Amino acid sequence: MLRIRQLSKSYVPGKPVLSGIDLDVAGEDITAIIGPSGTGKSTLIRCINRLVEPSAGSIELEGEELVGLSRQGLRLARRRIGMVFQEYNLVERLTVMENLLSGRLGYVSAWRAWRRKFAPADIARAFELLEIVGLSGFAQQRADSLSGGQRQRVGIARAVMQRPAVLLADEPTSSLDPKTSVEIMQLLADIAQGRRGGDRIPVIINMHDVELAKRFAQRIVGMSGGRVVFDGAPAALSSDILKAIYGGEDWLH
Amino acid sequence: MSSGNVGRVLSGAPAWHRAGWLLLAAYVVYAAAQMDVSAERVASGWHNAAHFFGRMFPPNFSRWELLVKGLRESLEIAVLSSALGILFALPIGLLSARNLMPAWVSWPARLLVVLARSFHPVIVAILFVKAVGFGALAGILALTVASVGFAGKLFAEAIEEISLKQVEAIRATGAPFMSLIGFGVLPQVFARFIGFCTYQLDSNLRNSTMVGIVGAGGIGGTLFAAFQRFDYDYVCAILISIIVLIMIGEVLATGIRAIFIDGASFATLFRRERRAGGQLRLAVADD
Repeated sequence: MLRIRQLSKSYVPGKPVLSGIDLDVAGEDITAIIGPSGTGKSTLIRCINRLVEPSAGSIELEGEELVGLSRQGLRLARRRIGMVFQEYNLVERLTVMENLLSGRLGYVSAWRAWRRKFAPADIARAFELLEIVGLSGFAQQRADSLSGGQRQRVGIARAVMQRPAVLLADEPTSSLDPKTSVEIMQLLADIAQGRRGGDRIPVIINMHDVELAKRFAQRIVGMSGGRVVFDGAPAALSSDILKAIYGGEDWLH
Repeated sequence: MSSGNVGRVLSGAPAWHRAGWLLLAAYVVYAAAQMDVSAERVASGWHNAAHFFGRMFPPNFSRWELLVKGLRESLEIAVLSSALGILFALPIGLLSARNLMPAWVSWPARLLVVLARSFHPVIVAILFVKAVGFGALAGILALTVASVGFAGKLFAEAIEEISLKQVEAIRATGAPFMSLIGFGVLPQVFARFIGFCTYQLDSNLRNSTMVGIVGAGGIGGTLFAAFQRFDYDYVCAILISIIVLIMIGEVLATGIRAIFIDGASFATLFRRERRAGGQLRLAVADD
C-alpha cells in the first residue's frame, strides 16, 4: 500500500541524510521507526507526504507515485495521509472543533470552510471522534487552553478526520510525560486496529523511546546513518542489534 | 540610559566616542546657525503667537454648515480610503511575507509597499490632484496609497512572525491555498490585524484633515482658506471640530477592537451571524 524505493535526501549536497531507503508498509497496524537523533527518521516521515522534498527515489501510495506529483495532485494525495506532530501543531487560536474540522479542509472548498459550512456528516464524525479520544465536552474550548496530552489527542483526531489511508506520527510522545505517552500510544494502537470505531489504518511512528516501541508496535524499523539496518518484529530486537543501531552500551541497562 | 552610563559617556569612554559627541554638538550649532535660529526671532515669535491666539477666541461657529460639510467630507475620505487601503493591503501584505512566499513574489510586493510609503500623504495628494483634479477623489486615492504602504508593511511583519508549525499542519491535510491562509495564518494574526486597521483609520482621519490644503477635499481646504483670510476665530472653530472628529474616531476604534478582539473570539463572531437553518449548529455562543 505504501511502497518506498531507493529514497534519498540530502539537505547539503554530498551529505545524504537518507541513503537508498527501501520500505513497504501494507497495513500491519503500528510500524515504529527507531534510531539515533539525526539519522533521518523525521526526514523519512516528512518525505512521505513531501513536507520535505526527496532528492531521489520513489514513494507510491496506493499505486500512485507521489514524487514528482504536481501541486494539485500532491494536495489531493495529502488528504489520504494523516499526520500527527511532536508539538501537536494545533491552530491555537481556534477551538477544538475547528481544529478537528480542519482535517476536512482538503475536501471542502475554501469559501465553505471559511463560513464554517462543513457537511453534517463531517460535524457528526467530529463529535464522534472527540468522544473516541476522550475529549467530549471540549469542542468549544480554544486549543491553547488544553494540556499537552489533550492537544495530542486533538491532533490525532484531526488526522483521523481525514479518513486517511495511512497515519504518520513524527515523535508523537516526545513532548509528553511517561504516563500520557502510554495513553497516546494506546490511542494510536486502538485507532490502528480499528478498535474504537472506524477502519483499520496503518500507523507509521517515528520515535526514540525503544521500550514504548517494543510495547506497542507490531513491526520495528531500525535506522542508523540514514539507512535501514533492522526490519522485523519487536521480539527480534536484541541488545546486539540495538547496540548496532544506537552505538554504545551503557544506555541499555 | 542609567546615570552611570551617561557619566561614562561624558567622562571616561574611548576617545573617539567623545569625539563623536563633540562632532554632533558642533553640527547642531552649525545647522542652527544656517537656519537663522536666533533669540530675537523666538522672542518676537512669542509675541506674535500671543497676538493671534487672542484673536482666535471666542471661536466663531456661525458658518457651521460649511464646517460640517468639510468634516463630513474628511470622515468620508478617511473611511473610504481605510476600507480600500486595507482591502489592497491584505493581499499585498500576504504576498510580501518572506516566510510564506518565494523571493520572486515577495520582493516586488515589498517594493510596492515601500514605494507607497515613501512619500507623505500630502505629497501623494498633490500628485493625485494633478491627475484627477481637485476634490475628494484625489484625497481618497492618496490616502488609499498611504494605507497600503503602512498597513501593508504591518500586515507583512505580523505574518512573518507566525508559527509555521500550524501552517505545516494545515498544509499536511491537503488544504487548498486559501484555506491554508484562512485556517493556518489568519487565526494567528487576526487580533493584531484589527489593531492595525483601527490604527490606520485613525491615521487616515488625521491625514484627511490635511489633504484639503492641497485641494484634495475635506476640512483642510476650509482651514487653510480661513487662515489666509485671517479669520482666526473661524480657524479656532475648525480646530475644535477636528479634535471632536478625532475623538469620534477614537471611540469608533475602541468599539471595533471590543467587538473583534475582547468580546467575541474570531470564530464565535461568525457563528453569531449564521442562522441555524437545517444545519447542525456548531456552538452555543455564550461567551
